[in-house]
Amino acid sequence: MQPVRISAFTLTSALGRGRAAHLDALLSERTGLAPQEVETCMLSTYVGQVGGIDAPLTGELSRWDCRNNRLAQLALAQDGFRGEIEERCAKFGADRIGVFIGTSTSGVQQVELAYRHRDRTADHLPDWFLHRYTHNTFSAADFVRNALALTGPTLAISTACSSSAKVFASARRAMAAGRCDAAVVGGVDSLCLTTLYGFNSLQLVSAEPCRPADIRRNGLSIGEAAAFALLEPGAGELMLLGYGESSDAHHMSAPDPEGRGAIAAMRAALARAGLEPRQIDYINLHGTATSANDLAEDRAVRSVFGREVPQSSTKGWTGHTLGAAGIVEAALSLICIQEGILPRSLNTREKDPAIAGNVLLETRRARVERVLSNSFGFGGSNCSLVFGSAA
Amino acid sequence: MNGAFVDAIGLIAPGLASWESAVPILSGTAPYAPQPIGLIQPALLPANERRRSPLSVRIALRAAEEATSAAGADASALASVFATSDADMEIIHRICVALAGPERSVSPTDFHNSVCNAASGYWSIATGARGPSTALSAYDFNLAAGLQEALAQLSIDDTDVLLVLFDVPPPPPLYAARPVAQPAAVALLLCRQRSARTLAQLSICEATAEQTMADAGLEGLRRTNPAARALPLLQLLAQRRSGIVGIRSYDDRFLGVRVEAP
Repeated sequence: MQPVRISAFTLTSALGRGRAAHLDALLSERTGLAPQEVETCMLSTYVGQVGGIDAPLTGELSRWDCRNNRLAQLALAQDGFRGEIEERCAKFGADRIGVFIGTSTSGVQQVELAYRHRDRTADHLPDWFLHRYTHNTFSAADFVRNALALTGPTLAISTACSSSAKVFASARRAMAAGRCDAAVVGGVDSLCLTTLYGFNSLQLVSAEPCRPADIRRNGLSIGEAAAFALLEPGAGELMLLGYGESSDAHHMSAPDPEGRGAIAAMRAALARAGLEPRQIDYINLHGTATSANDLAEDRAVRSVFGREVPQSSTKGWTGHTLGAAGIVEAALSLICIQEGILPRSLNTREKDPAIAGNVLLETRRARVERVLSNSFGFGGSNCSLVFGSAA
Repeated sequence: MNGAFVDAIGLIAPGLASWESAVPILSGTAPYAPQPIGLIQPALLPANERRRSPLSVRIALRAAEEATSAAGADASALASVFATSDADMEIIHRICVALAGPERSVSPTDFHNSVCNAASGYWSIATGARGPSTALSAYDFNLAAGLQEALAQLSIDDTDVLLVLFDVPPPPPLYAARPVAQPAAVALLLCRQRSARTLAQLSICEATAEQTMADAGLEGLRRTNPAARALPLLQLLAQRRSGIVGIRSYDDRFLGVRVEAP
């Protein structure tokens, strides 16, 4: 496919605000995971929580006020991202810039709170609950559209934990089809009781910081994050080279142990990029640190790449940021390309011998030209992305 | 450019039990008489999954299977785009009630069914479709967003695409905040090549207004379910006529769908 340029990007997670904080965390091996203190949650687990988003949104954006959109607002303010968008508005026109946002939670915390404060006799939710602007899945995309004053095609993609990887594919297609000239892609997911108690009900949450690929891994740590990128036609320092999407057709909440869907997604991404597996320098794994995911993914990666390609999950840093994970890990991959970093699998003390891949146990500096990043979600939704510096 | 051939349609809504039975109603030769949709059991869902899957999934799959079986299409070879405003708010309701209680015991089945791509997941499991499948949400503007996504995928990724729009009414406390009054699902099988089955060619164009339904009952349905926003388009398709249908792509924005009958 014709690659598209990533001319700006930013991310905010438990590691901090903006790219410099994430680079520092990667190099100093500082995790963002800490024992959870999420409002009234009573579970014993670690989370990747973003601080400083307790103040409500104000002014014209106040109706979108919820934790998820506050997080988006904070992230949009980093790395000069808003300024880049304003420049592109002048260049392309606000109606020629699309908005493609991945989210799984959107502002579901708002409806949780509304139910806790509902009038049980009248079966009535409080008047402050604004479904469209907070709880609804589209809210995340609608908020970004309005916060950036864009009027191009706007949609939210919600395919669980592959959501904000798939936005790259949708945005690139919309640009190629002439629906828009440039696109803001993003992912926003925020901590809430639904995901904490929900993953806990499936016995997928670890009581300690998650340990991807470790022999004693026992589940994920949930995180929250927001990240955005600007896609434009043409060549540049950082490019989206390929994408691949597939379905497991296996189970709603368990990966296909054969990894057939994951294999198809990785192969499709490589084919669109016109690359051979050996041309990939680093694989950012989905690597949730659940027993089943890490084994199935390893099997799939092995069948596409063999055992050599350096690889790691960065969820030991950020936690599993669910609907934001695709673009958070895309952004970390872009930082690895810019800075020449092969990041280790943080918290992995003893690699599971059943995992054959070259999981990095130490961070190294090396030339990184091309990265493949995996994102897999409930419902068997898979997406692989290939990023690279210009050839 | 950006065109597609509609090979088959699936539909389920009150008084519109299937596309086949809806054609005389939409083309004006039979009256619209709304009645409850009854129990919906997609044939392709195994008994076990029928029990576990929520109404939103069952109506989405019922419309999807009507379209693919009418066309004799190999469902496993299709890419799919599922567009829904709220997926299934019955599930959100149960989870929120559980989280508001002292035990906070969320059902694991409810949790995995709560994802917006549940219908997409069940569809791929039921049909063995391992290709790309997406789930998107654009509130009341799902038809515009879903069509643009599906047509872009068809032309750029070179694949036939099944577009499925669906939404179901929320239970009482949420209903006041999001009054989706009736369940409805619409499926369009969009193909790259014209065939003997082709009903019409679709493409995107400009429009400055939204088209409505003349029949008050159908207009009521159109206004109260995001999937039913497709009714004016379906009406043109049922009448086998060419024309342009204006649809809303945002509060103050419109998109045209050009329909060319064979």
